[in-house]
Amino acid sequence: MNIIVCVKQVPDTNEVRLDPVKGTLIRDGVPSIMNPDDKAGLEAALRIKDENPDTKVTVLSMGPPQADDVLREAMAMGADEAILVTDRAFGGADTWATSSTIAGAIKRLDYDLIFTGRQAIDGDTAQVGPEMSEHLGIPCVSYAADVKIEGDEVVVKRQFEDRDHIIRVKMPCLLTALSELNTPRYMTPGGIFDAYREREVRVFNRADVDVADENIGLAGSPTHVVKSFPKSVKAPGMKIETGVEESVQFIMDKLEEKYLL
Amino acid sequence: MDFTLSKEHSMMRDLFRDFAEREVEPLAQDVDETHRFPRETVEKLKKNGFLGIPFDKKWGGQGCDTLSYVLCVEELSRVCATTGVIVSAHTSLCADCINHFGSDAQKEKYLVPLAKGEKLGAFALTEPEAGTDAAGTQTRAELQGDFYLLNGSKIFITNAGEADVYVVFAMTDKSQGTHGISAFIVEKGTPGFDFGIPEKKMGIHGSSTRELIFIDCKIPKENLLGKEGKGFGIAMTTLDGGRIGIAAQALGIAQGALDKTVAYVKERKQFGRPIAKFQNTQFTLAQMKTEVEAARYLVYRAALAKDAANKARKPQRFSVEAAMAKLKASRVAEYVTDRAVQLHGGYGYMQDYDVERMMRDAKITEIYEGTSEVMEMVISGDMLK
Repeated sequence: MNIIVCVKQVPDTNEVRLDPVKGTLIRDGVPSIMNPDDKAGLEAALRIKDENPDTKVTVLSMGPPQADDVLREAMAMGADEAILVTDRAFGGADTWATSSTIAGAIKRLDYDLIFTGRQAIDGDTAQVGPEMSEHLGIPCVSYAADVKIEGDEVVVKRQFEDRDHIIRVKMPCLLTALSELNTPRYMTPGGIFDAYREREVRVFNRADVDVADENIGLAGSPTHVVKSFPKSVKAPGMKIETGVEESVQFIMDKLEEKYLL
Repeated sequence: MDFTLSKEHSMMRDLFRDFAEREVEPLAQDVDETHRFPRETVEKLKKNGFLGIPFDKKWGGQGCDTLSYVLCVEELSRVCATTGVIVSAHTSLCADCINHFGSDAQKEKYLVPLAKGEKLGAFALTEPEAGTDAAGTQTRAELQGDFYLLNGSKIFITNAGEADVYVVFAMTDKSQGTHGISAFIVEKGTPGFDFGIPEKKMGIHGSSTRELIFIDCKIPKENLLGKEGKGFGIAMTTLDGGRIGIAAQALGIAQGALDKTVAYVKERKQFGRPIAKFQNTQFTLAQMKTEVEAARYLVYRAALAKDAANKARKPQRFSVEAAMAKLKASRVAEYVTDRAVQLHGGYGYMQDYDVERMMRDAKITEIYEGTSEVMEMVISGDMLK
């Protein structure tokens, strides 16, 4: 069985800030990590491999050359192969162009099951996985919170806010994973050494991807971000219903408590 | 010359830090207070391959190097010095000793399960009358046909009682002094092999420290490690490696205390502002960090020297590098934890704060696997030879 896991290298949003003037992310000095939902997808694939050792797990990322690091991390966790889809022509892609490009790369590969994360913590669109399934013409089950392989089918628990669905789907298919799906394993020290010293990351450039020019990069992206800006953070308010005298005293006490008086 | 970690070592450090903060730190306080051996942590170390980092894959190891192992002990000790020494004694003193001096049959039988973490290791040299002075060893091993008969005792043995495999040193020919010492591999459960009551220590409370007692203990002849009479050299070479592990432990303790202190001084307010705003705090922190960095480079350099020695065609020692790393890092651990407690003030003296534990844990790094004075003997001995 062949499983492809799509992973994205994202800035650790716990440590990221927005430039208040340009409205863009300040990435300098911010550590990059494997997107948490994607990592859960990888763990789900590796667990399938644990139970069925003839499974091959290929991890794929589209991004700049430094995305190599998350692919090495994935191999250090146990992925068999890694592919980096990278080319200047792919730069500036929105979700449409991204999903078209990744689907174009996957068309060149054998697969039974594809995992993507539900969404990336830097964009939060949750669109790329479902769009890819459309481009590839395969079923998609999003928000996977539990996954079981039964013959040529997958039984997936799809988690909605107020209910779960149990869905049986024939492979090949695509699942989008929630970080709640599992606790990903640690890399092993030997896995890290091998990932950098013994293993290769295959690189797919423009010519290696089966996609039309009008569907890639900035020019192939119908979405344009007009402006992004940080939300001003306000402390939650407090409502006190009482008489005038007590209200004044309450406010005075609060101001004193905060050393404002 | 490049002082940055390679990509793989950098990723390794992230891995060890992540593991230490998620799996080890939450237990550190409890392990210290209750003096209990963190068996559940050992299981996790095993599962993730942390008990065989520098050993060849052929022998069940991870196929990494000494620097990787040092980063592991450093990051574990940054949150829990007990966990650091469990890994260090197991890896440097027991498994590495068998790796260097064992026959292929001994490696197959003992190194493979040690490197996989299926078994835990320990090393027994110290005796009531023989610490720094190994020639005073009283434990004796007499060859009787197919086995050696072991009699005597060893004290202050790290991982004692918890470990499955012990490298034990004993006199096979008392008349030869240090040239009469031999090394043996002894399995827990061998009849005639017992343990004393756990020692009550100043620090590293979760680490098991006990006496080993041998009364007519029969050791199969094939468990002689190296040749008869070569035990002293085996012990000294092994301790060179062990000292790098302890230096890494000391470095981790120092870094841990520094990190806790930086966080604390930003929060603690006196005279209406955080104490980080006072110049005394700033200057003290600057001194602490500079010392930690100085120690770090000596420790990493010793790790590289050990790997270079292992790869060298001609026998090559790294005793001086290891001794300098341990001498410096253990003193830095003492200095930094002392200053950390001072900057914490009264709270730092309370057991609710990690630096109290770290200060108690730091002291042992100046003593075990060769005191600071022995390190000075090794370093000056090489200069004046």
